[in-house]
Amino acid sequence: MMQHLPILPILLPLLAGALLLFASETRHRPRALLALGATLAQLATALALLACADGRIAAPWPGELGVYALGDWAAPFGIVLVVDRLAALMLTLTATLGLAALVYALARWERAGSHFLSLYQFLLMGLNGAFLTGDLFNLFVFFEVLLAASYGLALHGSGAPRVKAGLHYVAINLVASLIFLIAAALMYGVTGTLNMAELALRVPQLAAGERTLFDLGALLLGIVFLVKAGAWPLNFWLPSTYAAAAAPVGGLFAILTKVGVYALLRFSVLLQEAGAPAPFEGDWLFYCGLATIAVGTLGVLAAQKLDRLAGFLVIVSSGTLLAAFGFTGTTLTGPALYYLASSVLGSGAFFMLIEMAERNRAVAADLLAISFEAFGLQDRHESEHPDEMAGVAIPAAMAFLGLAFISCTVVLAGLPPFSGFVAKFALLKAAIAAPPAAPALHANLLFAALILSGLAGLIALSRLGIRVFWSSERPTPRLQWLEAGPVAALVLLCAVLAFGAGPAMDYFEAAARSLHDTSAYVGVVLPEAAAGGAP
Amino acid sequence: MEIVFALAIGVLAGSGIYLLLRPRTFQFIMGLSLLSYAVNLFIFGMGRLRTGAAPVIDPARGADPALYADPVPQALVLTAIVIGFAVTALFLVVLLAARGLAGTDHVDGREPERE
Repeated sequence: MMQHLPILPILLPLLAGALLLFASETRHRPRALLALGATLAQLATALALLACADGRIAAPWPGELGVYALGDWAAPFGIVLVVDRLAALMLTLTATLGLAALVYALARWERAGSHFLSLYQFLLMGLNGAFLTGDLFNLFVFFEVLLAASYGLALHGSGAPRVKAGLHYVAINLVASLIFLIAAALMYGVTGTLNMAELALRVPQLAAGERTLFDLGALLLGIVFLVKAGAWPLNFWLPSTYAAAAAPVGGLFAILTKVGVYALLRFSVLLQEAGAPAPFEGDWLFYCGLATIAVGTLGVLAAQKLDRLAGFLVIVSSGTLLAAFGFTGTTLTGPALYYLASSVLGSGAFFMLIEMAERNRAVAADLLAISFEAFGLQDRHESEHPDEMAGVAIPAAMAFLGLAFISCTVVLAGLPPFSGFVAKFALLKAAIAAPPAAPALHANLLFAALILSGLAGLIALSRLGIRVFWSSERPTPRLQWLEAGPVAALVLLCAVLAFGAGPAMDYFEAAARSLHDTSAYVGVVLPEAAAGGAP
Repeated sequence: MEIVFALAIGVLAGSGIYLLLRPRTFQFIMGLSLLSYAVNLFIFGMGRLRTGAAPVIDPARGADPALYADPVPQALVLTAIVIGFAVTALFLVVLLAARGLAGTDHVDGREPERE
């Protein structure tokens, strides 16, 4: 049983999603229990894989990296799943955020349309698969799985603004998928393999003309990942889609951009020895990240509504990650992974929080009247679930919302005492220590970008926060425990991440080290080829 | 054969990209279909063009790889066709929903203002 652990994060949501299709939409309790059980099981699996990858418990595989050959076909011929610390970390983040957003959705949002829970499980499956796979075309397939599910989720609840934003989102991603196919075909045509480890082996042996073709393919692949990551200038779809998506969906989408970042990182490391082409190569990625931070920061300052603000904060965090990964040397990778975890948890909580905070605006019938109508929720609830709409009035609802908002602000802007500060501090510390290997200019630029984007985030969040929380004419919003709980849990996790920064950072540094050890990755996926004296 | 194949891909991709950049959703979906044909042919071509070579091993001819076409791109094309078909159908639904909600087939959901 234990040796099949790596496949579980893909199988569990697949089975649960398929079963949920058959359960009648009107039977909420069994459906909710099934979805909750599946997501909890995923979290347990992810934690077990995390412990295995870190050597805390006896792993079912020898050595640091776990390879799972699907159908027991050996590596270059079959598809493999590879578990290392980074993949296990991403799985855990996905499952944690997935569980929180699911609980939040069960309170209310799940009923705003059909098949929410199935699509949700399929999205989790696509995410888990994309993090685990060691095969280029399989990566495409999992991207499609998660995208197809995300199209449905982005449109969940329907309504004109959502469909308009969703149309753009679907269109951009369909074109990106076609580019992905061209890239994969080019890479296969030149190297004759789709296995990522074998690609890394074959690339240095290519002749000059073939190498040009391969670089072209890698270039296109990089563009696709940058679209997913929301890098400027390929991110104009992001704020409106994220703002229009239902709150729990927006919360889960906080990790969607990180898939692009993850794939970019994985490929850039694998292709590094061969001299990675433009989108994967240091300087280029670094300046792309800086531009993304700059555009995101401007957007943060310009945003008039919290939901758009949240979208731009996601762009800033993507930009920060890209800049950190593009920075010369590998010392920034560990802190960047810490930043990734902190920003995923923080922005996930923020997306759900703002929906609760904005709820009283909708009741006060000002700005958001249109979007509330778009939710199409009121009527259904009045007719079908008259008492659930009201929920339990938490006496200190406003106090809770305010505290959670401040905590999210502190995490996202990078102020002490929460994890955002530790992340930015670690990033800047590594950047300052990096010269003379890296140009001092880069360190200065990164320093300025991180501080300024944090300041802008703080200004914008406090400005909008004052407008939302200190307004006297708003009635106190009513919250359900199911909705307040996940947000509180995510914020608490950020605090835990900050207070446990030492052990956490050790793990992230170890993840970065094993990620950059390409020969170990190739060796464990292709033991024979690596032993055969290939470079 | 190569030049005809390449020209066909080029024409399909060119028309597809032109249509993708047009402002109507119907033009977009036509462009998407044309572009996906081009991409599918391209993937197929990446297995090198061969005539009279099957991708499946024939017991009568033996297992010499030189006798057979590369089966991997053909499998990839098949996957790509299925996925492309599904997401195009999904886009069609979104397109109809957008048309119904906005009352226009412009991709931005409203007609551009004309002077």
